[in-house]
Amino acid sequence: MFEVINQISRWAIPIILLLVPLAAFIKKVPVFETFVEGAEDGFTTAIKTIPYLVAMLVAVSVFRASGSMQLMADFFSPVLNKIGFPAEVLPHAIMRPLSGGAALGIAADIIKHHGPDSFIGKLVSTMQGTSDTTFYVLTLYFGSVGIRKYRYAVATGLSADITTLAASLFIAHAMF
Amino acid sequence: MVNYIWLGMIVISIIVAGAQGDIEVITKAAFEGADTAVKVSISLISIMTFWLGIMKLAEAAGLVQALARLVRPITAFLFPSIPKDHPALGAIVMNLSANVLGLSNAATPMGLIAMKELQKLNGNSKTASDAMCTFLAVNTSCITLVPTTIIGIRLMYGSQDPTSIVGTTIFATACGMTVAVTADRIFRKIYNWRGK
Repeated sequence: MFEVINQISRWAIPIILLLVPLAAFIKKVPVFETFVEGAEDGFTTAIKTIPYLVAMLVAVSVFRASGSMQLMADFFSPVLNKIGFPAEVLPHAIMRPLSGGAALGIAADIIKHHGPDSFIGKLVSTMQGTSDTTFYVLTLYFGSVGIRKYRYAVATGLSADITTLAASLFIAHAMF
Repeated sequence: MVNYIWLGMIVISIIVAGAQGDIEVITKAAFEGADTAVKVSISLISIMTFWLGIMKLAEAAGLVQALARLVRPITAFLFPSIPKDHPALGAIVMNLSANVLGLSNAATPMGLIAMKELQKLNGNSKTASDAMCTFLAVNTSCITLVPTTIIGIRLMYGSQDPTSIVGTTIFATACGMTVAVTADRIFRKIYNWRGK
């Protein structure tokens, strides 16, 4: 099962790269011109995300560097310990929606210290595999089209993140 | 909400750093953050350009529309406001497939292409549309069948069974995705009822 999915992942992009131009050619589309015409927007789309990402990543960066994140983790850990949530993985839970790179760094550190097959190691692996960098994705996606009012998107993302966290904790206790 | 979170993070950080007598960290971290952001955006140029070219070809060949038709039962439920066979649906499906397979180099550009299409339907407004909120809810809670990065890290630190977390990952994501779709529905009703 796992091997099959892995193979699909490896082949997906080469196959798209083969099939799409070929199908277009059969339909008598001028392939080179059409590709260039579409690709023209690439630069502006990417550059448009700069102000939004700068705003977001500056806040995330100072939050982490100032020690506020650690303080928040220390504050909540006594309560969370009671429900079987190890304090060591809390920084990961806080960082995960904000920064993919920072969360991965924390996860790698925990795995290194506690061992990949320990309960904490498996829990943090599950947490890393499940959730996404919600805030980062919202900023990037909305930013690329100039959306400034996110309406309820943040609330939805946070509810999903909290659920995933609770579900990871539950299933880790059940399985490991 | 994003205004409060953003301001809160900055204000708290400066108070904490100031109280610890370590205020220089703020200046350094702020510019480091800005630097990372610009680097991320710059690195997007190449993959965005590539995928926008491929997507234009796929559209001209009728493949995007065909893909949109194929998944209509699901997308009609999730995105009632998008006209059927609209290119946005094709891009959304491509983005979610790339997410499931863990292809981050394809997932982000496809997602941005989907947002572009959704923004056309949104009349270039500065406010998110219903469909955008649903798309981001599904996108950020999306199932990853192969969490490649973390499996690699587990392997690196000598795990006996690096893939043992795949099952738990799928279970937890499935829970998150269910809540994301449900919460999106509920919030959409509340917001539209309040006329926002």
